[in-house]
Amino acid sequence: MDYRYTPEQEAFRQGFSSWVDKNLPEGFDPTKRRNFNTSEDLLAAYKAFQKRLYEAGYTALHYPKEYGGQGKTMVEEAIVTQTISEKCMELRQIGVITFGMAVPTIYTCGTEEQKQEYLPKIMDGTHLWCQGFSEPEAGSDIANVSTMAIKEGDHYVVNGQKVWTSMAHMADYCILLVRTDPETTKHRGLSYLLLDIKSPGVDVRPMKQMTGESEFTEVFMDNVKVPVENLVGKEGEGWMIAITTLMFERVLGDVTMATAYEKTIKNLISMAQNVKRSGRPVIENPLFRQKLAQHYIEIMVLKYHGLRNFGKTIKGGVPGPEGSIGKLLWSEPNQRITNNAIMMQGPLGQITEGSPWAIDEGAWQYGFLRSKGNTIEAGSSEIQRNIIGERVLGLPKDASRAAIKK
Amino acid sequence: MDITLSKAQQDISKEARRFLKKECSPDFVQEMFEDDKGYTDDLWSKIVELDWPAMCIPEQYGGMGLDLLDLIMVLEETGRALMPGPFFSTILLGAETIIAAGNDSQKETYLPKIANGEIKGTLALYEPDSGADPGYIQMEAKSDGNGFILNGTKILVPDAHVSDFIICVARTQPGDDAEQGVTLFLVDPKSDGITVSLLPTMDATRKYCGVEFKNVPVSTDNVLGEPNQGWGPLCRAMQRVQVAISAESIGGAQWAMEAATDYAKIRIQFGQPIGAYQAIKHRCAQMFVDVESSRSLLYYAAWAQDNEEPTAAAIAASAAKTYCTETFNNVSCGTIQVLGGTGFVWENEIHYYLKRAKANEVALGDPDYHRERILKLLSL
Repeated sequence: MDYRYTPEQEAFRQGFSSWVDKNLPEGFDPTKRRNFNTSEDLLAAYKAFQKRLYEAGYTALHYPKEYGGQGKTMVEEAIVTQTISEKCMELRQIGVITFGMAVPTIYTCGTEEQKQEYLPKIMDGTHLWCQGFSEPEAGSDIANVSTMAIKEGDHYVVNGQKVWTSMAHMADYCILLVRTDPETTKHRGLSYLLLDIKSPGVDVRPMKQMTGESEFTEVFMDNVKVPVENLVGKEGEGWMIAITTLMFERVLGDVTMATAYEKTIKNLISMAQNVKRSGRPVIENPLFRQKLAQHYIEIMVLKYHGLRNFGKTIKGGVPGPEGSIGKLLWSEPNQRITNNAIMMQGPLGQITEGSPWAIDEGAWQYGFLRSKGNTIEAGSSEIQRNIIGERVLGLPKDASRAAIKK
Repeated sequence: MDITLSKAQQDISKEARRFLKKECSPDFVQEMFEDDKGYTDDLWSKIVELDWPAMCIPEQYGGMGLDLLDLIMVLEETGRALMPGPFFSTILLGAETIIAAGNDSQKETYLPKIANGEIKGTLALYEPDSGADPGYIQMEAKSDGNGFILNGTKILVPDAHVSDFIICVARTQPGDDAEQGVTLFLVDPKSDGITVSLLPTMDATRKYCGVEFKNVPVSTDNVLGEPNQGWGPLCRAMQRVQVAISAESIGGAQWAMEAATDYAKIRIQFGQPIGAYQAIKHRCAQMFVDVESSRSLLYYAAWAQDNEEPTAAAIAASAAKTYCTETFNNVSCGTIQVLGGTGFVWENEIHYYLKRAKANEVALGDPDYHRERILKLLSL
């Protein structure tokens, strides 16, 4: 066992790190939570930065060259995503669905034509993707999707509504889970389509969330035509594709998350050194010291658990449902971390961005509110524990759910 | 970068599981729980045959010179089996302290005999007023020209009643800073003036003793390492012991989690196995999350002791000690709840695990102590 990079990997890391320093957008301040005032500015900055990454050979390092990758290993890819999340997470965050879901799905399950068509344009920053899975009646019960896709000649006609579609108002394409066979059992009737979000009949409406921002949208589809060649896999394979292709990227995701949260802990420590309580820095308060140290430990756990899973995967093991642990190891601690950050601030804890009294420009207030979504999005904590309970520990399904599956 | 266990490490683990299944059954553990000595010579000699005491002792002193991570493979299994006896105290509290603090001649005297199973030993650290702080040392060792005279009381000394040597931590200069004036002494528990008594503790699978020192003379040859400089090397040794007790805890937690899950699959209430109810399923799932994530931290912490720079290694040890022993306690409690009434009766083994979990959590610096220590190590 060795947690260190080889000298070659370390040289690569240093090379990339100094490349990032030189290639950040002009005036970009890594210490600020937000460098862009509008989503248009952010999108433009993302696409420009992604193009520069691509041209320098730093995108999708573990994918083959013919699809816009670099033909290297997962370790180099992890180094790149970790460095980015440390130095400019803002420029990576909006690409999470694109790189975490669209790319592995197309690469693993797509046709040769689909790979040639879509992957290079993702790598060079031309296209941003979004995920159209959830619906008003398909939340945790995601297989209950009712958006219909009926085949008519050389295309599908899609009708229905998606919700919680992240970034659809900024995206160019959407990975879309639809029902192609209403007759068969619910999981087997699903298919996986690639949708051009600018197609006629697609109506995207941003949703305002409790932070005041709009990351998510509702997407309404009214007789939208999707060419049959945009089907991924076969009809009826949508569910399996949705589930299985995500496992590999989740492994990379956990390693990246750990780097992002290590930075959060650093910020928390410096906040605790600056914010006062009875005129003394909060860091001197024994109760908050205990909490701070516990957060520090929990992020170590996230890091080394992520690395252990990562280590298994690069040795050729297929990451299993135990990947569900990783999501619980950041989403739940993040709620505790941001909550305690507010509590450290005392009554100042309710002041948001815009006041001279706002601490760290309101970053913790934003983080506290945003963290409430963490245990809901991308499979709620309850769904993660169902997956662990049933697929890892082999506990039986609830009788009512078992009956529906039959 | 290679973050996987080697084939050899996996084999150590499998072999230990197989051995303990045969030699350390729940019935045997129960018998030893009620036995004052707390182990059998037969079990001890079999452990020695497997070379377990020799694993982490350097080759030049008759050991195998393996890494702490290799020993962790064994300790997860001894924790799973709640193996009784002075193995942990001898090879960790005893041998590791001698390796960290001792001079060549002391190492030559003690380590080969520990490696071949000839002697057993322990560490007398805690005092009645220490509380959770292992660094609070007030017991006095007065210089008398030829050596030192020990006077005072040590408590919670594991396995002192069967030890051939005790490393006693005492103060040779007044003060309350452990960094200054603390000295380690090698003493023979059979010496005049030393009284060892068994303490009744919740976890009687591991025996703890009180040790009284009344005018016990110790020669300068038996000062372990340098006088007044004992705390630094002791801390380095303790870090390895903290990782070791974390491993033992995760082995125990693994057993408890499996017990809960197995029971949840077969216990029928309201017409279905209780594991089908999310209240139970999610509790079991959380146990799995806690155990596996603890294990990930544990392996890093073990690797760190042999490979990382000192501060990082110290932080890793404190983090593992906190997180893994809390996991063991939480999982044991969770298992009792899943087992229901079945888990509350003496016949079910789970209470031994709860008792060990609580003992491990408060030993060697409790979680609050280690959380504070992490911030100090970060210069906060």
